[in-house]
Amino acid sequence: MSGIDDFRKETRAWLEANCPASMRGAMPDGELVWGGREVEFKSEDQRLWFERMRDKGWFCPDWPTEYGGGGLSPEEHAVLEAEMRRLKCRPPQINLGIWMLGPVILEFGSEEQKRALLTPMARGEMRWCQGFSEPNAGSDLASLKTTARDAGDHFIVDGTKIWTSYGDKSDWMYALVRTDATVQKQKGISLIALDMRSPGVSVAPIDLISGKSSFCQVFFDGVSVPKGQLIGPLNGGWTLAKSLLQHERKAMSKFGEFSLPTHFDLLELLPEYVPAGSRSPADIALRARATACAMDEHAYSLTVQRMGEEARAGMDVSGLMAIMKLVHTEQERDKFEILLDALGHRALGWEGDEFSAGELALTRAWLMSFTQTIAGGASEIQLNVIAKRVLGLPEGK
Amino acid sequence: MSLIYSEEQRMLADTAREFLAAKSPVAAQRRLRDERATNGFDPALWREIVDLGWTGIPFPEAVGGLEFGYKALGAVFEEMGRTLCASPMFSVVVSGALLQLAGTPEQQTAWLPALIAGDKRVALALDEGPRHDPLATTLSARREGSGYRLDGSKVFVVDGIGADAWLLAARTEGQAGDREGVSLFLVSAGTAGLSMSPQSLIDSRNHARLRLDSVLVPASALLGAEGQGFGMLDQALDRGRACLAAEMLGAAEQLFATTLDYLKTRVQFDAPIGSFQALQHRAARCYTDLCLARSAVMAALAAFDDPASDATTCGRLASLAKWKAGETAAHVSNEAVQMHGGIGVTDELDVGLFLKRIRVAQACLGDGDFHCQRYAALTELPA
Repeated sequence: MSGIDDFRKETRAWLEANCPASMRGAMPDGELVWGGREVEFKSEDQRLWFERMRDKGWFCPDWPTEYGGGGLSPEEHAVLEAEMRRLKCRPPQINLGIWMLGPVILEFGSEEQKRALLTPMARGEMRWCQGFSEPNAGSDLASLKTTARDAGDHFIVDGTKIWTSYGDKSDWMYALVRTDATVQKQKGISLIALDMRSPGVSVAPIDLISGKSSFCQVFFDGVSVPKGQLIGPLNGGWTLAKSLLQHERKAMSKFGEFSLPTHFDLLELLPEYVPAGSRSPADIALRARATACAMDEHAYSLTVQRMGEEARAGMDVSGLMAIMKLVHTEQERDKFEILLDALGHRALGWEGDEFSAGELALTRAWLMSFTQTIAGGASEIQLNVIAKRVLGLPEGK
Repeated sequence: MSLIYSEEQRMLADTAREFLAAKSPVAAQRRLRDERATNGFDPALWREIVDLGWTGIPFPEAVGGLEFGYKALGAVFEEMGRTLCASPMFSVVVSGALLQLAGTPEQQTAWLPALIAGDKRVALALDEGPRHDPLATTLSARREGSGYRLDGSKVFVVDGIGADAWLLAARTEGQAGDREGVSLFLVSAGTAGLSMSPQSLIDSRNHARLRLDSVLVPASALLGAEGQGFGMLDQALDRGRACLAAEMLGAAEQLFATTLDYLKTRVQFDAPIGSFQALQHRAARCYTDLCLARSAVMAALAAFDDPASDATTCGRLASLAKWKAGETAAHVSNEAVQMHGGIGVTDELDVGLFLKRIRVAQACLGDGDFHCQRYAALTELPA
């Protein structure tokens, strides 16, 4: 009866004793800890927090203990998350594999795969990247052409993946590959796990309009992948990918609760460049645009809050979930446009002492913001999803 | 501050929805218009609404209220928006709130219980020009003897036709634009020098013009301190703004649902028009804005129920809600007409009735530009 209350008490006490003070509160971008073969810590507290959570099995609180998880029931998991929120604990590590691939392996993977992949993941020793998009398969992902040819006990993989975040820093990739080119395109795709150190894998970082980026293009030239690394059934990858993307949305919404402080507060920054009392018509017009943009941002943050409340109350939040990425990325884009106008030429500096560090960061962030409305499902794809799945509008012919 | 309805508030909304569907469907509003109903509403329906207790929702029990809070009130306004229900609820809220905030104990005893019981109606006469601007008040109030003499006029007074009394914003000193010098008066209908004439707007509801020619009122007609009325007036207006935002949200959601049905059933080029991406994306954008508007409306309503929210917080959220719900409702109603095509511009379809009501509600107590500017002004105030 009081089991869950006891668990809450114990968890609270453990977190209070073990989560270092510096690991609480909003997390700046540069302070993320990425689990992997080579973990980098920026402070001793980061290392302590990482190791303590790892040893509790709380990188994967709801995974079975036999694969290194915490073995928590859904109720206990919810309590742990609530208590971490209460203390504002930062996630001890960021790990795409745990959030996205892990649940898929738990559901569809073989026993050997669970042992070979889940256990090191649960210990934060495997950094994963995602190999989905290709140069000719972006929004139309199912047109992907990277092939995995049957070669007896292994596959031979040839082709290329693009927009792979941290492809150059990851240990493993989960990738969608074509295993049958003779059937309807969705039905000939498989999901495989591959070691990025395999011979024939090469990685080239991509420079963006904003400069250096974490995006990479990954090339496969006759890469041998053991058949044991096929996840789920052969040619069953498309269904798994959809399930995986559902986990992505769940993870992103969880991630949203630790949401990074917005880097540029429009109404706060504006007076620096547009004097508050200025009556120049251009300044007045700019202030009005900035206010409308800030108001929309306010409405969005209230919507995040409402979605959390509705989810906790057991209401269906799939509709709200579907608008979040679209709204947030478009608002960021609009905000940058206004800041750009407010700063004038000061927002157009590329480098040098002429410009403040903040101005240069703004310029790069603005240029980088173009990726946000494209990556992870372009705005147009988001609109399609809302129209079809949320509003139930019919498919086109 | 919770942004979702509680179980009790949800139940109230369900009851309201059933009641309005049965007693006040959109067809009933059309009939009121066609019959040119004097008051713009149905007195028998109003009696039933009062009996349901809706007029007492925001007021304390001591004056006959239910003390059920603004979120509950907002739930009712949302439902009234869905069927375009015309009633004097709005003026009960703003006039009642102003009496509660600024009225003397005598004024409260004399008017609040009667207002809540539906026995009397008090209209708030505020604007003097076509765009809402309470600071621009110029209606003059000069001391004369032991009382005041009022001269000037008010326009677009909601629920002014048939009102038993008027709450007036007047200027005792200063000039248009000054916060200081705005004074509030309560004047009974029938006072010498007061004349009212109806104004017919596109929503066919109750709006009036009011003229005051040397209207003499006793000092006891003043609410609050002379020249210091603006702050309390603005707080009462914020309650009205949040309710209008809730009404527009309900109307826009209903209109959007109707439009979606049409997109799914109207066939052109051998396909339902809702299968065309050009329309799908526009519908998705309407939905997105409705989601954001709902969060803003819920936050504004919740703020009035939260003792920790001060007047600035409430005002900022009320402006956010009125702005977002207004812009969204206007956009959704424009899209609804366009997506319905030819039939969308016929009087036969209800779409036009929604469009017209939404536009009046949008202009009432401040349009988008007004609230955008107000939000900015309130944001710059020290926390």
